[in-house]
This record gives sequence, C-alpha cells and structure tokens, in this order.
Amino acid sequence: MSIDLVIAQGGGFLTDRTGPRTCVQNDGFCPDWIFDNFDLFVDPTIEHVYLTVVSVGLGFAIAFSLGLLAHRRRWLISPLTWVTSAIYTIPSISMFLLLLPLTGRGNVTALVALTLYTQIIIFRNVVNGLANVSADIVDAAAGMGMTPNERLFRVEIPLAVPEILAGVRIAVATTVGLAALAFLAGAGGLGTRMSTPAQLTFKSNVVVAGGLVTLLAAVLDLFVLGIQRRLTPWRRAVST
Amino acid sequence: MMIMSFLGTFGDAVGFIFESKESRAGTVEVGGLSEIGDLAWNHVRVSFLAVLIAIALATPVALWLGHVGKGEFAAISVANIGRAVPPLAIIAFFIAFLGTGFTNVCFALILLAIPPILTNTYVGVRQVDRELVDAARGQGLSELEIVRRIELPLALPTIFGGIRLSSVNVLATAIIAPLAGYSTLGTPIFAGQVYGLSGQIGAAMVVAFITLTADTGFAGVQRLVTPKGLKLAEGGRRSSRRLRPTSTRRVQLP
Repeated sequence: MSIDLVIAQGGGFLTDRTGPRTCVQNDGFCPDWIFDNFDLFVDPTIEHVYLTVVSVGLGFAIAFSLGLLAHRRRWLISPLTWVTSAIYTIPSISMFLLLLPLTGRGNVTALVALTLYTQIIIFRNVVNGLANVSADIVDAAAGMGMTPNERLFRVEIPLAVPEILAGVRIAVATTVGLAALAFLAGAGGLGTRMSTPAQLTFKSNVVVAGGLVTLLAAVLDLFVLGIQRRLTPWRRAVST
Repeated sequence: MMIMSFLGTFGDAVGFIFESKESRAGTVEVGGLSEIGDLAWNHVRVSFLAVLIAIALATPVALWLGHVGKGEFAAISVANIGRAVPPLAIIAFFIAFLGTGFTNVCFALILLAIPPILTNTYVGVRQVDRELVDAARGQGLSELEIVRRIELPLALPTIFGGIRLSSVNVLATAIIAPLAGYSTLGTPIFAGQVYGLSGQIGAAMVVAFITLTADTGFAGVQRLVTPKGLKLAEGGRRSSRRLRPTSTRRVQLP
C-alpha cells in the first residue's frame, strides 16, 4: 500500500502495517510534527483570544453597570444573582446549541453565550467588593463633603478594584475553558483541534492544543493581574 | 417569519425527545424517549459515580487538613489549577494518553470534580469558630469527635456547595464523553450528521434540564443540612448588614 493511499484513506492517522511505523502513525508525541504543523494552531489560537477578550470585555461592561445599579438599589441583588446563576448552571454546550436557531452559526452565538457566563462571576464580585469597603472610610469621605457620586467613583470603586478584578480573573479563566467548546457554535477556537476522535487520539496534537488552551488561561490571567497592580499602586507599596 | 422558523426548530427538537424518527440518511431510527432515556441514564450514571468517588477521596483529606490547619496553600492551588485547566483539555489528555471507554471517562470526571469539593471542605472547616473547637476540646472530646460532631456539621453547607458545583460541572462535561468512546447525551450533539439539528438541540435541552434539576436539588439539600444555629446566625448577620450606616446615613454639610 503506497503512502499516498494511506494518507488518502486515513487522513494521515491510519497505521501502515507494511513498514516500520512512524511516530505520527503511532499517534505519538512527535516534536518534528509539531514544528512542521504549528501553523494549524495559529488561527484557532487567534480566534480563541478574540472570543475570550471580547466576551469578557463586554461581560465586564454589563456586569459592572449592573453591579453599580444593585449597589444603589440593594433589592436588585437577589433577583439578579438568581437569574445570572441559573444561566451559569446551563451547560455551555447546551447554551451554544439552544442559541443556534436564534442567532445562527458563528461568532455571535458564541459571544452571546460566553458573555452571559461571565455575568454571575463579575457581578457578584462587584457587589461584594463595593459592600466590603469600610463604612468608616465612606463616612470619612462624606464628612469631607463628597457627594454620593464622588464617593462612589473616587473612594468606593478604587478600593473595590482588587475584588472586582479578582472576579475578572476567574471570568477570564472560565471563559478560556468554555471558548474551547465554541466550535459547536461554529465560532472556531482551539476546540476545533480537539473535536474529532482522530485528533484526540493523536498525542502531539492534544499536547499542543490542550497546552495552548491552558497557557492562554495563564497568560490572560497574568495580564489582568498586571492591570490590577497598575490600578492599585498603594497595595504594591504595602506588600513589597 | 423568523419567529416561526425558530419555533419550528425548537418544536422539532422537542419532538425528537419524545418520538423516534428516521435518521438524516434514512438508515436508522433515532430519538424518542427510549433512546434519550438510555443516553440520559448513561449520562447520569457516569456523572454520579464520578462525583461520589471524588467525595470519598477529597472530603476526608480536606477535613483533616482543615482540622489541623495545614495545607492552605495546597488547597488554594488545587482550586486555581482546577479552574485554569479547561475540561475539554483534561478529557483530551485522558483520551490521548490513557485511552477511551467508561473507566477513563470516569477518571477524567473525578479529576474535574475533586477541586471544588476539596477547596470547599477545607474552607468550610477553617471557617468554624476556633473558640468553639477549643470549648469542645475542653469538654473532653477527642480530635476525631471534634471533626465528626463539631466541624463537619458546621461545614456541611459549604461542603454541599462544593458538591453542587462539582455535580453541575461534571454533568456538563459528560456531554464530551462520546469523543472518548462512552455514549451519553452528548452522542446526538457530536453525531450531528446522523441526528440532525433537531437531535442536537433536543439533547441539549435534556442536558440543561438535568443540570438545572440537579442544581436545584442540591440547593435544597444544602438548606436541609444547614444546622439551625447557623441559619439563625445568618439571619442575624444579614439584618445587621442592612443596618450598615453607609447606605442610610447622609451627611449634609452646612
């Protein structure tokens, strides 16, 4: 059986019984294959970053606004928490598929679902972060003649930044994981490299795709941590 | 027009759950309550087993670590790593390096279920008032009795919070199991060319229903296992929070 025929039949994954089996035919871990085929992973990685950044950014804008609103109108906290956590309970794969008839295959469906999933995480941390600001400090700000809005933007929000951004970090890690399933919504991402049995049994492929997803979560997490350190220089001064 | 078309899709999906029909190629019968029931049973069975084993492995370790107050760094690291490694990546690594089938799927799901249970149990025990533990020790309770009769009951709501989160995660991840050669409700979703869009959406609906039911059920259990004293304390704390001066008092300057 010629090599061409083997490739034509098995897409490169079929084992050739006639000669000594190569690393790729063994589904092994082959640095050469990874080096030669790395461009297979570039576009999925870019799509993955795009899905994560856009949906966490959008999710932050919505959840932060809702959090500020609920901070002023506290009766809103429990219904908003209930709705967002019910959404979070629905498996992401179900959500992608249930949205398909409404928003069609592609980025929109994936972005809507991923944005919805960030809500509970960021909303909860915004509300808790603002509630945990010391009452004495807020009183002192009021005593200095600050209006409620000034207090919110110049005292409460800055002091709540660490807890709010802790929420964003969890949201980033979660979204990277969920975006790995966005291929079901037709939105690409690194999940496309882990979506068929042939891809999943091929060790080289799994190591690169799974490794990139995990690495992406870590890198984006460090990025948000960097933002946090820039926004709260007083904490850095204390901790070092 | 558009509204009709998506109602039609959802209608077809509901139809798929209750009545079998010809597959897209017209070669086999797919869908219907008996097939969906079998798949749902497979799905729940592997998830239940995985969570049960995760509880058996994680809670004793975390209870003891929490009791002696060691391993805080480890408990938090496990939580962070558990969150950072995506479920699909865990499943993919298991398939590539350990193979497919029920046992391997179950192992991957156990690995996924352990972090929330471990962390919540640890945190739950650490939250218990140390003075209470000292009082129990003063009354002559042994260390094991303190864990069993003081720390465990007071930590139960938090522990069940972890079990609840794990169960939801595991039920959601079991959808990927067909890629590892074990048939679950993910089968219609990943074999879209056989089951069609209505099959995919129908299965998605059933999984969402199971997950929401499990979550609601565990929330109920969580309330049931909360000791009366804790509920009272919680009520007290909540009312005192409402009295926080920041939201009510307005200082006017002359």
